[in-house]
Amino acid sequence: MAVTTQPEALPIARAELSRPPRAGWRVVAGKEFSDGILSVRFVILIALLGLPAIGAIYSTAAFVGNNAGSLTGAPGLFVAIFAHQDPNSQVPSFASILALLGPLLGIAFGFDAINGERAERTLPRLVAQPIHRDAVIIGKFVAGLAVIGLVLGVITLLVSAVAFLVLGVSVGPDELFRLLTWFGVALAYLGFWLAFAMLCSVIVRRAATSLFAAIALWIVLTIFAQLLVGIVAGYVAPVPASPTIDQQVGNAELQLDLARISPGTLYVEASEYLLDPTVQTVGIVPADQASDQRAIPSTLTFAQSLLLAWPQIVALIALTVTCFGLAYVAFMRQEVRA
Amino acid sequence: MVRKHTHRGRTASVESGADIAIQTQRLTKNYGELVAVDNLSLAIRSGEVFGLLGPNGAGKTTTILMLLGLSEPSSGRATVVGFDPTRDPLEVKRRVGYLPDDVGFYAELSGRQNLRYTAALNGMDRRAADARIDELLAEVGLADAGDRQVEEYSRGMRQRLGLADALVKDPSILILDEPTASIDPAGVADVLALIERLAREKGVTVLLSSHLLHQVHQVCDRVAIFNHGRILAQGKMSELTESLAGDQIQLEVGVEGPADQVEAALRAVRGVKTVERDRRDPNLWIVGGPPAIRDHLAVDLAAHGLNIRHLRRVGDELDEVYLRYFSRDEDGRDHAA
Repeated sequence: MAVTTQPEALPIARAELSRPPRAGWRVVAGKEFSDGILSVRFVILIALLGLPAIGAIYSTAAFVGNNAGSLTGAPGLFVAIFAHQDPNSQVPSFASILALLGPLLGIAFGFDAINGERAERTLPRLVAQPIHRDAVIIGKFVAGLAVIGLVLGVITLLVSAVAFLVLGVSVGPDELFRLLTWFGVALAYLGFWLAFAMLCSVIVRRAATSLFAAIALWIVLTIFAQLLVGIVAGYVAPVPASPTIDQQVGNAELQLDLARISPGTLYVEASEYLLDPTVQTVGIVPADQASDQRAIPSTLTFAQSLLLAWPQIVALIALTVTCFGLAYVAFMRQEVRA
Repeated sequence: MVRKHTHRGRTASVESGADIAIQTQRLTKNYGELVAVDNLSLAIRSGEVFGLLGPNGAGKTTTILMLLGLSEPSSGRATVVGFDPTRDPLEVKRRVGYLPDDVGFYAELSGRQNLRYTAALNGMDRRAADARIDELLAEVGLADAGDRQVEEYSRGMRQRLGLADALVKDPSILILDEPTASIDPAGVADVLALIERLAREKGVTVLLSSHLLHQVHQVCDRVAIFNHGRILAQGKMSELTESLAGDQIQLEVGVEGPADQVEAALRAVRGVKTVERDRRDPNLWIVGGPPAIRDHLAVDLAAHGLNIRHLRRVGDELDEVYLRYFSRDEDGRDHAA
């Protein structure tokens, strides 16, 4: 064939070009969101997070009831509902339950995002529609985040409602800002796991395998991280039999820095600052400074707590964005056909 | 064999490029060492039904993905409805309906919901989309099944839903990858009839790929026989059959008489190169040579006092045509285009 002339588009076709570009990701996100909230996973996860949340409220309520006299007028009581752990009870606080179980929420809505489309053979049909290819992964991430936000929001509101109605706790603007910021941080933390699960779903072809990969990282980070951090720190900054203060502090600080690679650590530290106005440091406080003026119990304003939590918040968001970025790039470089 | 309504005498317009729907120029796709599509040059006219025929792994799907802008060519270029799919994929995808090989749907949604999603992705408003979807479901014979979950659909139903899905955007070009694979013969007839009707009544240009020549040749105006990423031949079916047979033909000759005498007489016919006895019928002989032997046979056999009871040309059945192109390709000699 020696046809060399370039056929020009019909004038009509050119006229259609002037239509404004539609946001394909919105359509994808809309479909994924309604799939998400109608799915069985949604119900399971509401129950999974709802039950321990009720337990946490219960133990906090008992604590507040027992110490009502001393707590009257205490600042931060409302946010303490989410963060407080009764020393006499086995039930962890709501914020720490979320640190443990939250990743499951992210993983549940991301692990089969892309390989599920491949398995159902819907991906070629989907990307053959007039949308950019990234609309698929962006739409799915936004929808996943929205579903997770909905689950988290519903449970947070439930806990708040119990605090208002049953415990009669009042809330001021400072505490409201604390709670809202904490909500954002928690969402970023779950967003990290959503993004990581989506990365697995792009790279790994079978949904079951990518679920396994995501859960493996979750288990490593929640159960073995402390162990690994201790081993690495012990190797890099060893503590001899009769250590100096500097050696001990050096080892402890290294452990802390290494632990901060984990989004879980970042989330927990940011939560501590945000949900407890009396927390001024989550770092190492040497014994001689504990009696120092800096350790005098005082309450911080929201802005002060936010400033303290800021590095953790930024690092957490950076991790989430990086993880989604990796998933995005991997997806864009893949061939449509498996 | 070739449909009457098609575009005879349009050669001039092909050259001017005025109504070419799909064109490729030395389109090439490499996957590492493997050349999936090798310098493919095609021109498909508007309103034409073009068949891309070749065995699995010939590079058909890769070609289609490049035409849709879903895969980037290693070199060469394509033009689809006037747009370069690599640079303007959205403009191409807005106008091209695509039925992928082994199409899939969201199993937990109904057929109608699946089509609604496609309509939304094409920016259609809900009311217009619903009217069109009703019409399309009726057209593909799924009017009653539209509200059932796709999970319950048979493969044939999925394939027909796939056709409806490709048509939702009211495309000017329809690209169908293996539209008749994995469905039963009655379903094949339905799908082909539907494709033919679309091309004829709505002027939709159709590019279909298949590895089953005999299933699709009736609906194709032109075909390209494709293997190892290269076109071995293209044109109307009748032309392809003719060009293949051009140098050598085989005739099945029925002659009664003593075998050795008949064989000697057949070998004596001018131009005859090969003589073989049919394995099943001892009175049948397969004679090969240039087309001229057709004329010499009767005369030369009569000279030996033998009469021809039966004479039939063999070897131009479609699948044989097809296979012979591929065997020539394997020999690596003749890459006719």
